Amino acid sequence: MSENGKSRAGGADMDPRDAIELQVNGEPRRVPGGLTVAGLLDRLEVDRRTVVVELNRRILRRENLEEEQLDAGDRVEIVRFVGGG
Amino acid sequence: MSTVLPRDAGPRTSAPADEPLAIAGRSFRSRLIVGTGKYDAPATMVEALRASGTEIVTVAVRRIDLDATKEESLLHHLDPEEFFLLPNTAGCATAEDAVRYARLGREAGLHDWVKLEVIGDQETLFPDVAELLAAARTLVEEGFTVLAYTNDDLVTALKLQDVGVAAVMPLASPIGSGLGLLNPVTIRILKRRLDVPVIVDAGVGTASDACLTMEQGVDGILMNTALAAAERPALMAAAMRRAVEAGRMAYLAGRMPRREWAVPSSPTGGMLA
Repeated sequence: MSENGKSRAGGADMDPRDAIELQVNGEPRRVPGGLTVAGLLDRLEVDRRTVVVELNRRILRRENLEEEQLDAGDRVEIVRFVGGG
Repeated sequence: MSTVLPRDAGPRTSAPADEPLAIAGRSFRSRLIVGTGKYDAPATMVEALRASGTEIVTVAVRRIDLDATKEESLLHHLDPEEFFLLPNTAGCATAEDAVRYARLGREAGLHDWVKLEVIGDQETLFPDVAELLAAARTLVEEGFTVLAYTNDDLVTALKLQDVGVAAVMPLASPIGSGLGLLNPVTIRILKRRLDVPVIVDAGVGTASDACLTMEQGVDGILMNTALAAAERPALMAAAMRRAVEAGRMAYLAGRMPRREWAVPSSPTGGMLA
């Protein structure tokens, strides 16, 4: 599903008229309107148990991801733990 | 290739008991804290962490790679039941950034501890102490347990303690340099003057560096590159474990005085005529 290009462009299932543009980890990304943060993570095939999401500099609680609605121009940061000293 | 490690010496009934390392009301048997960066492979890292005997391991917070979201996360390899995961703010250059990363780390983890790092110079990775103090103040107010990476400056260390950090972590030498303990005197001064634990963070290169550092009386050591960049990380980790224990024991034992003349160890009387 996430074979390059397609998922970046928002997926084949998306009607371009409904698409909105977000900044996800600093990159522009078109997604269908009405998407929640949980929906975005699913589209990106990200395991939500291993990440933390910041929406417009506001850290989201994992249990609220289903309710957080995305709007055009939103800045989304998805982070996780990596090796470090 | 798995590394053959020396067997543990078994119960150390003959060694006098040491106090556990206590930070913010939590006790740890190991005085060695280990970073998880720069390992060639996750299996190598886990093998080294286990061989080190560490209970606390540091982790960084970074953006996920959107082109490789299926990649196993670090948490796949590190069981929070086995290791206490301590998020850091490595790479942050301002108090604002460090606070942001600390909050993200708290949300990603299971507690409110943070290893606070605010870097002021990219070549030396020396801390920006003004930003460090500002970040520490904010984070302590927000209820974080802050372990602050700093230089070996007493005045900054005292200010960090006043702000309410749970541990002060002076460098032995620059991060990743492997130069060992450059100034034992300043580290001893810090230890003598501070009430919070002093954990030397950064610069240790090999076992003798760790031993010498612990002999100064500090409460613990944090290291990463010394293990990750060793040819055999798990074997170096096992060496570091013993070096930290040996240095600690030697400190507790109280070393003999230095003198620049010889004193015979064998009786001077009873020699043949």
